[in-house]
Amino acid sequence: MCFSPLTLIAVLLLLVTPLFLPPSSFYLSLGNYIAFGALVALGLYLLTGLSGMTSFGQAAFMGLAGYTSALLCIGLGWNPWLTLPLGVGAAMAGAVVLGGITTRLKGHYLPLSTIAWCIALYILMGSWIELTGGHTGLRGVPPVTLFGWSLNDSKSYFYLSWVFVLLGAWAAWNLTQSRSGRAMRASKGDALAAASFGVNPAVLKLQVFVLSALYAGVAGWLYVHYQKFINPTPFSLEASIKYLIAAVAGGVGSIPGVILGSGLVTGLEEALKGILPQIFGRTGNYEIIAYGLILVLILMFAPKGLWPFLERYLPRPQPQTPKGTGLPSRPIQGGAGEVVLEVENLTKRFGGLLAVNGLSFQLRRGEILALIGPNGAGKSTCFNMITSVYAPSAGSVRFKGQPIQGRTPYEVHRLGIARTFQHPHLFPEMTVLENAALGTYARTRRGLLASMLGLSRREEEAALAEAYRALERVGLAHLAHHKADGLAIGQLRLLEIARALASGPEVLLLDEPAAGLRAGEKRQFAALIRQLVNEGMTVLLVDHDMDLVMGLVDRVVVMHYGEKLAEGTPREVQRNTRVIEAYLGEAA
Amino acid sequence: MDWTIFSFLAADALQNGTIYALMALSLVLVFAVTRVILVPLGEFLVFAPLTYVWFLPAEVSGLNLKGQIPGTAWLAAAMLLWWAILDRANLQRAFFLLLSALAVVGLAWWGAQGVPLALGWILAVLVVLPIGPASYRLFFEPAKNASVLTYLIIAVGLHFAFAGLGLVFFGPEQFRLPPIWPGQTPIGLVPVNNQAFLVYGFALLAMVGLYLFFTRSIYGKALRACAVNRYGARLSGISPSQAGYVSFGIATLITCISGMLLAPLISPAYFQGFLLGLKGFVAGILGGLISYPLAVVGALLVGAMESWAAFQASAFKDAIVFALLLPILFWRSLRSHEIAEEE
Repeated sequence: MCFSPLTLIAVLLLLVTPLFLPPSSFYLSLGNYIAFGALVALGLYLLTGLSGMTSFGQAAFMGLAGYTSALLCIGLGWNPWLTLPLGVGAAMAGAVVLGGITTRLKGHYLPLSTIAWCIALYILMGSWIELTGGHTGLRGVPPVTLFGWSLNDSKSYFYLSWVFVLLGAWAAWNLTQSRSGRAMRASKGDALAAASFGVNPAVLKLQVFVLSALYAGVAGWLYVHYQKFINPTPFSLEASIKYLIAAVAGGVGSIPGVILGSGLVTGLEEALKGILPQIFGRTGNYEIIAYGLILVLILMFAPKGLWPFLERYLPRPQPQTPKGTGLPSRPIQGGAGEVVLEVENLTKRFGGLLAVNGLSFQLRRGEILALIGPNGAGKSTCFNMITSVYAPSAGSVRFKGQPIQGRTPYEVHRLGIARTFQHPHLFPEMTVLENAALGTYARTRRGLLASMLGLSRREEEAALAEAYRALERVGLAHLAHHKADGLAIGQLRLLEIARALASGPEVLLLDEPAAGLRAGEKRQFAALIRQLVNEGMTVLLVDHDMDLVMGLVDRVVVMHYGEKLAEGTPREVQRNTRVIEAYLGEAA
Repeated sequence: MDWTIFSFLAADALQNGTIYALMALSLVLVFAVTRVILVPLGEFLVFAPLTYVWFLPAEVSGLNLKGQIPGTAWLAAAMLLWWAILDRANLQRAFFLLLSALAVVGLAWWGAQGVPLALGWILAVLVVLPIGPASYRLFFEPAKNASVLTYLIIAVGLHFAFAGLGLVFFGPEQFRLPPIWPGQTPIGLVPVNNQAFLVYGFALLAMVGLYLFFTRSIYGKALRACAVNRYGARLSGISPSQAGYVSFGIATLITCISGMLLAPLISPAYFQGFLLGLKGFVAGILGGLISYPLAVVGALLVGAMESWAAFQASAFKDAIVFALLLPILFWRSLRSHEIAEEE
């Protein structure tokens, strides 16, 4: 692995500067507080920047870890190194409870409950006087020792704190560059699309939330053993908001951004402490006005924070074209012609509307089956039931004999079914290659922890190579490093197909894949589908383009008002009078 | 716990629950129409009575303010002025806003000169009221189409700014306010403050008023349309901005009056609004911030829980109330679909 020279210079500067300062320097103490804030903000980078969630309760996690460690050290005389995992574990356990019940809900429940949680814990810390000493706090928290050397002064502690920050930043960077990081960004943008490619958004969100509590917990532990004193003040809701401001102000979407933000806010806090009492003539909680306004103004005028403004002047890393053989392909079992997907008596009611009524058909291995019908015939609803986006009101869907109705989209995808959407569900902020690489999620297995420790690189290279190959097949390889939001509608559809191909499916479900394609692209598309089928893939598609459908597919199922009208080869269907009636009206 | 204690707690629960219900209704109203979770609502709750303190004669308030204009008036005027500048293209509206800004300062000056109690009461509500809709125009409308999350962070930022300004304007003290209807009336064993009856009366009035507004008036129906489908509402000629001003306005009005009625019972200070508002949230979340009746049920539940907690372990009262959020959210999560498309 390699770091960019700029990163190395920044780290070197950070490590050398303290050597020129006295051990008890004010700046070193400030540096320590910046480090604590940076750790919390790194957790928020993962939570908010990557996954699109927010917490107003990070300081409470710090407090949970800090109090656990302090109480065990003071009460039982344990070593801080022993209480580090216990404290952090307590913070993570709190996150499991809080996240477990909110991550399945809509996005705003988690932050709201973190507000309540932070206040509740603060009251508990302040009122359980027998245990915590209340607001007066507890003295005598032991310092951290390292090889018998007590880290008592700001300088030695500075190194301890920043080693944690650098480790945390490295792990966060690794995570960003992994399949889990991609899945996090995907479920932030579009949970349905992420789930359709094997991501379980609720579990992933919970994992990230717990991870952010881990970062906050480490920060809390560092904080308490630096101050050698603990009281509830640094763990209040206000402190939580301060960390959120730091992350948002610096730029919550990037790692250097959140560290920069922590520096800015910690510096600002010091400055305000001096200025505000002079303005208002008395001491008080006046800095919250500044915090509040800064937060509001940043979100209104520079929602991505300050880092993007600086990043412009830095050299960009050259994107590399992935090389390699890709992922091992799924062995295809079973012979041509056997039934892969069987839909039986499938029915869906939306209130009083019967969208699909008693639909049955079979999809056999190696064929191309088209589901056609006038608008509103229930084709997309049928697709959504096969992929378990909707649970059918009645009937069953079997994949290789196994009933799959009423499961979740990510379970269905893992069985070997990949789909595209009628209205492209892509991620405009991600590159074309990253979009396609989401398809490999279910074919790769390195977990969150392995990714953070940098153990997933080989697998990631193979995944990107696989995604690149899929792009080559649909003819988008030349755009691999462009952002997806610049693509035309036809290209978006091809990218949807590439993403599905990258998942190496047995069955490909295409929802109006050719809508918006130009004539040349349509021919290219038809050739691609034929080639895929020759390689052993099975295709079910919905489309309106009759020329394309009739020339491409083996069999057609015609739907009308939610029911099956006809089934047969294109030729048979085209001669069927009921089909002609449905399409052209009674008079024909 | 015997019968006497129980009835005392029940009376307490009803009083607090009613206030939370009023807050929850306002929050649900604003959220349904604009997707903003209005965290600073608690500040509006205390701003009105604190402004009223500045309008009280010196012998009632016990303060020597020498006709000082309360800071909330300057805040409201400044926000209206800024609004006028933003909307300068619409001359008529800008002029109206400018006039309103002047009127707010004028009213506050008049109030500070010493007016009858009842007039001061109305002036206080009028002075604070513009802060609500102006907040929408200045801070939420520019971030159009932002996610619920972005709105929420902005709202939390505003809460902090307003709370800090409250400290600047009114200082850290709690103030005693004269009740409109002094004395107590015994109901069974419990002597209930007459002022509390006013709170109940207003709560009923607000609920009936909201019901009639939403079912009978064209404005109310327009707001409901906005809540159900904003794009569709826009296509039918309903301005989302106006819906935002109206919903913020109604919510602020309900909250200000609630605060004025509640104030003699709690002796308000700048920091008290936030916790009250947050309990309104806990209540509103029971109905998913969408359902008005469930929000009221939630509010009474929170009130009951709070009085019970206050009796059992008063120091942990609020902690227990907020912990109540966990089972409520758990209940909601059981009812939720696993993968919903985010708005």
